Parts: sequence; structure tokens; C-alpha cells
Amino acid sequence: MCQCSTVDKKDIYLPEPATVVEARMLNKTERYLRVKIDSGQWDYVPGQFVEVSIAGTGEAPLTIASSPSSGDGLEIIVRRVGNVTNAIHRLQVGQKLGIRGPLGRGVYPVEQAKGRDILFICGGIGLVPQRSFIKYVLDHRSDYRKVVILQGVRDMEQRLLEDELSAWSSMPDVVVMETLDRPDPRWSGHVGVVTTLIPKVPIDIERAVISVCGPPVMYKFVLMALREYKVSHDDVYLNLERKMKCGVGKCGHCQINHLYCCMDGPVFRYSQLAVVPEAI
Amino acid sequence: MTLLKLNKNQLNRWVEELISRQLVIGVQAKGDKFDFAPLQSWRQLRLDYDVTLQPPKQFFLPPREPLLSFAVNGGYGSVLDGQPFVLFGLHPYDLVAINQLDLIFGQDNPDIHYLKRRDAATIVAVDVMRPSKHVFASSMGTAVVEKGFDVLLTWIDDGYLVEAQTEKGNALLSSCRGGIAPTQQDLANRQKVWEHNRKHLNAYQLKCDPAYLPKLLERAYDHPIWEQRAKTCFSCGSCNLVCPTCYCFDVRDVVALDLDKGQRQRCWDGCLLDGFTKVAGGHEFRKARADRFRHRLYRKAKYVPAKIGGQIACVGCGRCVGACLPDIANPVAVFNELLDQLGIS
Repeated sequence: MCQCSTVDKKDIYLPEPATVVEARMLNKTERYLRVKIDSGQWDYVPGQFVEVSIAGTGEAPLTIASSPSSGDGLEIIVRRVGNVTNAIHRLQVGQKLGIRGPLGRGVYPVEQAKGRDILFICGGIGLVPQRSFIKYVLDHRSDYRKVVILQGVRDMEQRLLEDELSAWSSMPDVVVMETLDRPDPRWSGHVGVVTTLIPKVPIDIERAVISVCGPPVMYKFVLMALREYKVSHDDVYLNLERKMKCGVGKCGHCQINHLYCCMDGPVFRYSQLAVVPEAI
Repeated sequence: MTLLKLNKNQLNRWVEELISRQLVIGVQAKGDKFDFAPLQSWRQLRLDYDVTLQPPKQFFLPPREPLLSFAVNGGYGSVLDGQPFVLFGLHPYDLVAINQLDLIFGQDNPDIHYLKRRDAATIVAVDVMRPSKHVFASSMGTAVVEKGFDVLLTWIDDGYLVEAQTEKGNALLSSCRGGIAPTQQDLANRQKVWEHNRKHLNAYQLKCDPAYLPKLLERAYDHPIWEQRAKTCFSCGSCNLVCPTCYCFDVRDVVALDLDKGQRQRCWDGCLLDGFTKVAGGHEFRKARADRFRHRLYRKAKYVPAKIGGQIACVGCGRCVGACLPDIANPVAVFNELLDQLGIS
């Protein structure tokens, strides 16, 4: 009965070959890689992700950390947590990997945020999935107004992209505020969880576009903190993590009630999640 | 469309002819139960079965299949299986399930591994002659089908009424010797079978139109029934395993002993299993047993229907009812209890 011709369709599970062109450790657990797709550069949108494939180990879903505006290749930043991410950590410059993507239809609002202030709330490695959007905004600086980046990490060892954060903070109309959950004699800055920075934000939160990414536990507290302000739920964007095994809306692992993180996300508007109790 | 009436001998000879030409997977006895398996002879075929142990999804989405082959040091290739075969003896409810999977694997990002197998299959359905102990296809509107098959067989007391509805079906029927054009009486007799099955494949009566179920579930999310029922759930995933519309899968890399090459394999997974939503680092997004139990029924009657034009993704085969040891899986029992308590609004 099936009338669909399969002849001309590509295999959605087949990775494309890519090559590592740059690799370095950012701290003890996070590794930065720049990879080039062998068949040529992809078009992608901030917020999209890829499935990085290591033959013999498997695949891991990783948000593209670079901006399409920042030139050649794709940047990914990977924390060493499981088999695949450990294998990705072992990759050296010149080595091959497989890559599928760009995936995800729920992306960052690069158009809708034009002419607005933007507040980025990042928990730990939650900075990485937002980096694509941050870099895009900074590459198209005149299209957007003030940018505030809140970065909260657990301790000194978890800090990442410090040089980049510091470079961004010296740009006009960009404010970067870092905080450590736990005090440390080496740290003279703000101490406390990331939500304690929200009252100090030097923009009108109620009129800003707000982008949030961090560990699962963080979202609830950030949203509670934002309730103090009259923020429109249409203006809050949450980048959610799930087990995006196939990445193409089939395998069922990343389902959040009726939504598929891989297809409908991974970036969601808060207003989309009103009837999605599993989201947060 | 071709219509033909065959007596038992003519059907047997046709089946024998098909077996001599190609792979024919048909329903056979397995102990005192039934299952699908390749046929060696028409004698093995049991069209009077009640229900098969396993649903037919395995022939399009095998329990384990290679998606890709790879060399550990680079290079991936698709592994596709397009061997033509005949799937003989599907009941209408199982056919509905396959047609739902066709929509799911064909939409958005088409899955050529599934679709290639599906294209290679010719499906011969058969109207139910003996209802199974737990069937409730009448409640779900899946007891009888008018489309979705290549060939449909209906036993009408003195022979089979055979209808081919597609080119594949006609091609299959072209190798059939004998048979006569059915009379008006034969067609009327087939209608009688359909009318009977529409009412009587119903060990459990759903107390609403199945089309109402998505609306019912809109009001049932926080109902205590999920916790109550899931209290005795073993999280064994048997309900997922035997369900003709469950299709969730895991993907694993398997390296050959030479450590140089391997396969990326897809294997069935189940949303009832602990760990289904666990990510690297250990966080599990749907950890509570009751939440997993609820998720399965929401998939069947709310989430998947929204993807396939409103069809309910429970076809009433009743396999999960028989497979569930603590006897909590019966979708009709769950929906009826919710209907009793929440009413229809």
C-alpha cells in the first residue's frame, strides 16, 4: 500500500565525514573542537544541533557552539560525561569524525530579537548552547540593543570560556556578570547561584528577550526569579536537554509530553511549554 | 480492484504457488498459540488463528537491524534490506497498525530503512474468524478495514472471498489458478462477516467513541489512576514489546571481533523501561514509574494521534492485556475508569 518511493531519499542516519581542524581543552572537563564538513560548509541557524558520530562508540547530540556568521567550520564544545563524549575528547587535529545535521526546528529568535535588549542566563556549560546566539548577535551588533550575559558556575574548576567572556565584556553595550555557587579564596567576584544576579541586571528585564540554558534543576528557579518581573512568556527562550538519540523525530527518547526535543526544539518559547508539564 | 471467490483447495494451491516463488511469511501454530514465520508449505498456514504472539511490525522494524556498516577508522555506509516478501494473514487491526507506522516513518524525515522493507512487502490481510480472548478492535473501530491491504481474504462459509486492491495485490493474484467471480450473495455474505466483526471483536467495551480519547486525556494528567495502577508495574516493557504500534528504538554500535569494522544497529526500546530517558551524566527525565506508565497511554491516545491525523494509536489487539503480569495494561480498563470518574464533557 505504501506509495512512497524510497529511491531518491537520503538515509537520515548516515553521518557525513568531517575533519577536526582545531582542538583544545577549555578546562578539566570541557574540550573545544572546530570541525570542517568534508563536503563543504553547512547553512545553519543558532540553536540547531548535530549528532556527532564516533564509529564503534555511537553518537552524541551537541548544539553547534559557533555562529553561522563566524566563518568556516562548526565549533562544538563537549563535556566529558559518557562513552561518546570521552571518545570525542580523544580526537586530535586531522582526525575524522561523522556528523549529522543541522538538526532541530526550534531555534534562537535571531529575527524576533532585533532591536531588543537580550539577557542570556547561563548555568555552567549552559553557556555553550547559547554561544551560537551570543556570537551571532555580537557579529550583527547594530541589529540588537544591549546584551547582558549572566554566567553561573559551581566552582573555579567549572569556569569556561573566561577569555571570551572577558573579551565580550569589553565590547560596548555588553555586560557580562559571572558568579560562583561556592566561595573560593581565588575568586573576588560575585558568589551565589545565577538567579542572585538577576536583580542586578542593568537593563529593563520586562522588555528584553531572555534566553536560558543550564542544568535541568536551574530552569525552575530562573523562571521563579523572572516571575518578579512582568516578563512576557513569548520572550523567554529555554534550550532544553533530552536524550536526542536519533535526532530526527523517530526514536521517542527525547519526547517531552507531545513535543519532541529534537524536532520541536531544542529551543522552546516558555509560552509553548504552558501545557507541557514534563518540560521543566 | 479484483474480486474472486476461491474454495479451500484453490486457496491452498495459490499459497503453495506463492511459496515456490518467493518468501511468504504467514501465520502458523506455535504450541497452542500462533505467530508469524516463513511458510514452507500451505499446510502450515493457519488463517483461523485468534491473535499472533508478536505483532507484524517486526517485518518492517526488526527487533534488531543494522542501519549502517562502518570502518572504525572512517567511512559509513547504509545497510538496506529490500528483499520482496509476502506477509500473509494479517488481521485488520494489525493492518491498521502497520498503516500508522507507514505514516510515522514516512513523514518529516522519511526513514528509508523502514520504507524500503515496506515497499518490498505485499500484504494479504484476512478478516478475523476467531476472536482472541482480549481483543477489543470493535471498540477501536479497527475490526474491519476497507483499505490499506494489497489483498483481503474473507471466509464466507463455503469459500474465501478475495479482493485485490492494489497493483501488487493484482500481481499476486495473477498466479492464482481457478476461482470464480463472486455472486451478489457472496458479497452480501462478506458484508455479514464485517457487520458481525464490527460488533463482536470486543472482549472489552470502551465507553466512548475512540475519537474522544485525546480530549479525555486532556483532563486526566494529574489523576491518581496513574499512581494507583503503576504501583504494581514491573517496568518490564512487555506492553511495549507486544504492541503493534510501539516503535521506539535505541541505536547501538557493535564492533566486530577484528576491531576494524562494525555496525550501527537499531533495536527496539520501550518507554516503560527504567532508563529510557536517561542522559549522559545520569539525569533521568521521566524517572517515576507512574509517569512512564502514563506516558505510554498518552502516546497511544493523544501524542501519536496528533501526528497521524487523529487516529488512535491503540488498535485493540489486546496483546498488552495478555502480556501484562500485574494486569494493569488494559487500555480500555484505564480509559473506562477515567470516563467513569471524569465523565464526558
